[in-house]
Amino acid sequence: MTIEVSLRHNFGGFLLDSAFRIERAGVTALFGPSGSGKTTIINAVAGLLRPDHGRIAIDGEVLLDTNAQIFVPARLRRTGYVFQDSRLFPHLTVRRNLLFGARRAQDGAILPALSDVVELLGLAPLLERKPARLSGGEKSRIALGRALLSGPRILLLDEPLAALDPQRKSEILPWLERLRDSVRLPMIYVTHAIEEVSRLAENLIVLHDGKVAASGSVFDLLSDPALGRLVPAHGTVFPAKVLEHRSDGLSALGFDGGIILIPQVARPPGSRLRVRIGAEDVIIARARPEAISANNVLPVQVGGGHAQSGTHVDVGLRCGGVRLIARITRASWERLGLGEGEDIFAIIKSVAVDPQTGPAPNGPE
Amino acid sequence: MTPLTPAETEALLLSLRVSSVAIACTFPPAFAAALFIARKTFPGRGLVDGILHLPLALPPVVIGYLLLMIFGTREPFGAWLETHWGIRFAFSWTGAALAAGLMTFPFQYRAIRLSLETQDAGLIQAAETLGASAFDRFLSVTFPLALPGVVAGLITAFSASLGEFGAIITFVSNIPGETRTLPLAIYSALQQPGGETEAARLSAISITLALIGVACAGLADRRLNRALRA
Repeated sequence: MTIEVSLRHNFGGFLLDSAFRIERAGVTALFGPSGSGKTTIINAVAGLLRPDHGRIAIDGEVLLDTNAQIFVPARLRRTGYVFQDSRLFPHLTVRRNLLFGARRAQDGAILPALSDVVELLGLAPLLERKPARLSGGEKSRIALGRALLSGPRILLLDEPLAALDPQRKSEILPWLERLRDSVRLPMIYVTHAIEEVSRLAENLIVLHDGKVAASGSVFDLLSDPALGRLVPAHGTVFPAKVLEHRSDGLSALGFDGGIILIPQVARPPGSRLRVRIGAEDVIIARARPEAISANNVLPVQVGGGHAQSGTHVDVGLRCGGVRLIARITRASWERLGLGEGEDIFAIIKSVAVDPQTGPAPNGPE
Repeated sequence: MTPLTPAETEALLLSLRVSSVAIACTFPPAFAAALFIARKTFPGRGLVDGILHLPLALPPVVIGYLLLMIFGTREPFGAWLETHWGIRFAFSWTGAALAAGLMTFPFQYRAIRLSLETQDAGLIQAAETLGASAFDRFLSVTFPLALPGVVAGLITAFSASLGEFGAIITFVSNIPGETRTLPLAIYSALQQPGGETEAARLSAISITLALIGVACAGLADRRLNRALRA
């Protein structure tokens, strides 16, 4: 599965000039502030916008090539689009909304079964209702289901959580994770919320002023000290596995760099999850500290670069295969005088580690 | 109320026939015009919208006069229609329907345009990404969502057609059984000495029709809105 996108589009003084490739299934986050061109890009992929110049191809099939005068209309592109405002048809029941795309699918398209999608997204109690009687979170789930049932080659999600309040967001996130883990479709996920990126995405494309500022694996990029100026609430995200729940109320998680202790998580041993450690929650020390409340003292190596901005410095720290970031003041940086490759210790409070499971009152477990 | 006299029944049935044909024939162009104005932006759009509202602003007698100038049997177009196609509007009930349809065009056009303008254009895009062709999008999204406006426009236009007087009497005259609809019959009754009772009876029929129309409009509106909410 390869998706190639290169676009140039000028609207009223703002120039979008971006190119990227997505090589595999999974979630690619298109991240950037409002007005950075994210929605324009997925609208072009869906065929809802005709850019001035560009080429878009999925698995070699050209959907757009302005040089060759190729423009495949949106209805023939088989892109499942999940809009920010859900856009359910108000005059149709949930069932008929879900089947809208399936009934119009091209011959030969492989369609998921309605019952599977209903089961995946927990839609059974809603099927005979009209959209006016649904909550925002329910609408989002139905919009996801409707897009899936149209048999798309790719899912395009335009800030599907942005219109929801924080409570509803945390209700939908587990469903999105479940979708990501059970449906092997490439997904382009537009967002300006770094929490959604760190929780859902496998690949990350950072947009800034209409241009691609960085792209790569979400684990590499989020732990890149140089990205601090583009990504607010900087921090490392890495995959981990629940090893054991200890009798002292902590859970031990194994990761590619050792073991980290966090307050007990509601996941059985053996389950995989993502851990996020904010740059501001990491303290560094030259010597192993004694008699300290923090449960995690990890031996690390200064490495992977550092970035200075204003009064603070983001320092990269290698810990096995994972790179942590510590945000310290410039004064501390100068006082410690750390050199590349130096062996030091990273101190992390257990309560500061975010196991990215989130509360899921009505979501799947 | 005593049963209707043959002349009253004739006027009532003619009114219903003229109004039904008027709104049925006006509906397609009214919908097309509403869709065009609601969806397109072009220079002069406001002017076109104004022209489409003109029958509301012009005196009905002027519309009747203009129709006579175009479709009169001695006018070139009217004569051509009659010799080549056998279609005659002048002094015929079809002419009454044409006049009533033209006069009530803005009611349909306006109601449909408003219901199209309040539609979320995003729904059309959603239907497109789900594989619906332009015609399919119209049938499965645009039209059903415009239905409350369509029904409101049809009922208002029908009621207004029943009351059309000036354009009809100017264009197709006042011929019993052919162009004498209820308002024209009331007018004729009042022209005769001692016709007040007859005028009162015909007015009572008109008032009853109007009440039925208002009740239908209310019922349809509630039904259609419930269909969007249930």
